[in-house]
Amino acid sequence: MHNFEFVKPSSIADAVAALRQEDAQALSGGQTLMPTMKQRLAAPSVLVSLTGIAEMKGIRASGGVVEIGAATTHAEVAAGAGAYPALTALAGNIGDPAVRNRGTIGGSLANNDPAADYPAAALASGATIVTNAREIAADDFFQGLFTTALEEGEIITAVRFPVPERAAYAKFQQPASRFALTGAFVAKTSAGVRVAITGAGEDGVFRWTDAEAALSGNFSAAVLNGLAAPEDGLIGDLHGTPAYRANLVKVMTQRAVAAA
Amino acid sequence: MPKDQGIGASSKRREDVRFLTGRGVYTDDLSLHGQTHAVFVRSTVAHGRIKAIDTAAAAAMPGVLAVFTGEDFKDMGGNPAGWLINSRNGEPMREPKRPVLAHGKVRHVGDAYAAVVAETFQQAKDAAQQLADDSDIEELPAIVDMAAALADSSNRVHDEIPDNQCFDWGWIEDNRAAVDAAIKAAPHVTTLELVNNRLVPNAMEPRASIGEYFPGTGDYKLTTTSQNPHLHRLLIAAFVMGMPENKLTVVAPDVGGGFGSKIYHYGEEAVVLAAAKKLARPVRWTAERSESFLSDAHGRDHVTKIELACEKDGTFIAFRTETMANVGAYLSNFSTATPTFLHGTLMAGPYKVPNVYVNVKTVFTNTAPVDAYRGAGRPEATFSLERVIDKMCRELGLDPFEVRRKNLLTKDMFPYTTPVGLAYDTGDYHATLDKAMAMADVAGFEARRAESAKKGKLRGMGLSTWIEACGIAPSNLVGVLGSRVGLYDAATVRVNATGNISVMTGAHSHGQGHETVFAQIVAEKLGVPEASVEIVHGDTSKIPFGMGSYGSRSLAVCGSAMNRAVDKIIAKGKKIAAHMLEAAEDDITFENGNFSVAGTDKAKSFGEIAFSAYVPHNYPLETLEPGLEETAFYDPANFTYPAGAYICEVEVDPDTGKVDVAAFYCADDFGNVMNPMIVEGQVHGGVGQGIGQALCENTSYDESGQLLSGSYMDYAMPRADDVPFYNVDYSCQTPCTHNPLGVKGCGEAGAIGSPPAVVNAVIDALHRGGHTHVTHIDMPVSPSRVWSAING
Repeated sequence: MHNFEFVKPSSIADAVAALRQEDAQALSGGQTLMPTMKQRLAAPSVLVSLTGIAEMKGIRASGGVVEIGAATTHAEVAAGAGAYPALTALAGNIGDPAVRNRGTIGGSLANNDPAADYPAAALASGATIVTNAREIAADDFFQGLFTTALEEGEIITAVRFPVPERAAYAKFQQPASRFALTGAFVAKTSAGVRVAITGAGEDGVFRWTDAEAALSGNFSAAVLNGLAAPEDGLIGDLHGTPAYRANLVKVMTQRAVAAA
Repeated sequence: MPKDQGIGASSKRREDVRFLTGRGVYTDDLSLHGQTHAVFVRSTVAHGRIKAIDTAAAAAMPGVLAVFTGEDFKDMGGNPAGWLINSRNGEPMREPKRPVLAHGKVRHVGDAYAAVVAETFQQAKDAAQQLADDSDIEELPAIVDMAAALADSSNRVHDEIPDNQCFDWGWIEDNRAAVDAAIKAAPHVTTLELVNNRLVPNAMEPRASIGEYFPGTGDYKLTTTSQNPHLHRLLIAAFVMGMPENKLTVVAPDVGGGFGSKIYHYGEEAVVLAAAKKLARPVRWTAERSESFLSDAHGRDHVTKIELACEKDGTFIAFRTETMANVGAYLSNFSTATPTFLHGTLMAGPYKVPNVYVNVKTVFTNTAPVDAYRGAGRPEATFSLERVIDKMCRELGLDPFEVRRKNLLTKDMFPYTTPVGLAYDTGDYHATLDKAMAMADVAGFEARRAESAKKGKLRGMGLSTWIEACGIAPSNLVGVLGSRVGLYDAATVRVNATGNISVMTGAHSHGQGHETVFAQIVAEKLGVPEASVEIVHGDTSKIPFGMGSYGSRSLAVCGSAMNRAVDKIIAKGKKIAAHMLEAAEDDITFENGNFSVAGTDKAKSFGEIAFSAYVPHNYPLETLEPGLEETAFYDPANFTYPAGAYICEVEVDPDTGKVDVAAFYCADDFGNVMNPMIVEGQVHGGVGQGIGQALCENTSYDESGQLLSGSYMDYAMPRADDVPFYNVDYSCQTPCTHNPLGVKGCGEAGAIGSPPAVVNAVIDALHRGGHTHVTHIDMPVSPSRVWSAING
């Protein structure tokens, strides 16, 4: 790890100002950034911690919406977002206890790891990503591997989840990292069904629209029996071929529907 | 009622108090005055020619004290292979020099070719990066696939070895014609091609070394992660650096696991010693985990074709194997013994089989060196045999339990000489098979399978009847077989003046629990409390000599040396007692810690004898020396032969291919058991590693020789939820006939016997589930491989 400056502002405005410094980098739970820095693959000159900002923490539920401060840890979501049970279940299964007590929802979404769990929840739920500057629909937020709609220096401050009628997340773990080899988040609302897949896509999280159409007509696992997920654009690596992942997309979606 | 101390008691592991409370002292925990930090520059290409390394910029960086390249060490000796193997045609193996730092060429990703020593770790790290940037290395085509390496003489790992072959070994060559004829004439032959997957050892503590040099005396000291400090001293002093052994002390303090990988001498150790001399300051290095993945000696990596010839009723007629064994880029110290004498000699298994022939070609590739890893050769032999037997049973519609029962050696056949050169001294393989079947409730399997089916899961049961040769090793025999060392061991038992005891053993405990078990044995024999016995190991300046711990040898060999030294203590005690009690030495008996004159009530306690030995007032000094300390060396007459039967039950999810180990049963014969709790722990750990090999661990190099599974993000270690609750039994005991404790060794058993039981269970589950086209899946039997096999 290279040397760096560390600041921990207490307001969003101060954080935004601090991030204007050259080579400054926002730090939330550090579950990706810290290992990357230790391996000398990242060397920011200033780390701006976002975990000392009170208004970026906590969970508020009202009017069918759960709003979660971006600096809220996975463990806090697992314990406190009971208004959205599928989301608490997902949060309670991220990584291990050490990860869940440090990692945050904002950090996970801003990083947009292609195998992270939260992007599937945000995309399937039709969540709104709230930043210091604007509100971004989940459909517009995720833009490829480790790429999002965030501008330079823009900070996620909160995430708003409309609570679906029915929802569930089913994850098949990669044997080594235990990240999602393929995870499917299914959300049913009055407007229809949304299915978001993480872990499998070469461009990160994506919606399986064929399944959405089928499930919007008949929300049952069996309705997907005749459907095959396309292999195009799926990852092939040590842990599975695109064909295997396409199978998991279907199996995990069916399991999520059954659990919802 | 169970004993509460001594032989056979489940004494709690005394060393765990410090390990579990963070008070262990590992190499990296030491902080020395004036210490400096070494960082190694490692090749990022699998194969390359070093054109130039410009050290100027790195040497001028802040805090940098010294920069080394292969050029600085080119006149030093090579790190040798410990065994000389001859090819079938009589030619000796090709043994390329293994330099301290790569010189001329780099031969695998992670091959260290330069080093920086600086005041701080960060400064050394910065300069190492600079040195890497300033190195001109011409990348050459990588040699990764073994068959291709043998076929293409235009591309060579070592320029002087045209076909990349180290040797082509036949065992036993005289058997070959008879085996070929037997297979040709046999009513049935089953053939199986399989891979025994390469494993990264993954000791919890990475390798670490501290070199010191004392200019006043010219002495060196190496503190390092070693399973055998004397072997390190011998290799460094006599072979690599060229110094008298009495100028080098090697200390291996607490060591956090080895599994074989810390048997060997590595170049980093010579570099920190040479750097310490140059700077006259301590030089330390601790591997980062990614360095461990790239540069620790890996395990296994065989590609094998095995043929089993049999009668239609499953009676074995012959086994024949052709194996390519990867030795990686250089010969690590035991790399030539592992695929040969620790593998080919076991290829008769525990079976009555008249004809066995083994062929092994060892191949150099641009990958990390491969050497002994828990089990070392014996897991490879067991896996090949137990998998091909299972395949044969399926082909002929025979019951795998009954086929084993029919072919296992019977207990009246011992001692038994196999067609591959070993003499099994004792065993009762039917007893362990019966025990395992009873434990596993084989009769109730169908009901369990039906329950699994209700959940959509395929259930299967797999068996492995395994044997190993351990208690390594009789020096006379291994000398004939090409070993450059003897494999005896030594112990000193020092009774201190106040009656407490220090035992210096050549074994090295890096997690096994020697400090507890050895104290139990000495306490039992001397009739003293365990707490008064202290076990000292891991320091060449304190221990008489020793070959260390591996090959399940510590108890059978080092324990026997200790036992012999204790016998000498008792004999000396009798002399002292005879003097003190004014009796003839022959009339003194020793029992329960008391020396007595037979037939009288005259007696002296062990403590009184010890005190008298060190306060020898009124001693007949002409005939009786003061002191009570004895050293013994012990060289075993034979290997020991633990054996057993393992049964695994799995549930397979056909939708995802995921395998869950539902149950695992071990019935082992380890001979006499010194501490049941520690035996159980060893079996648990071994089976855990075996399940890891069978289901999880995948060391994968791509075509360019890059290690794809170079971190825990991609290298799957078995986790708690990958392993079941183990059921372990060791009540079938046929004590070893040739060592005084009657012990056989239990350290490697689990890793040897378990992988085929797991894979056999998976194949069984798929067949019972109707997927009868699947005859084999290579390890690791990962979800994607199982799913692909089902849907292939």
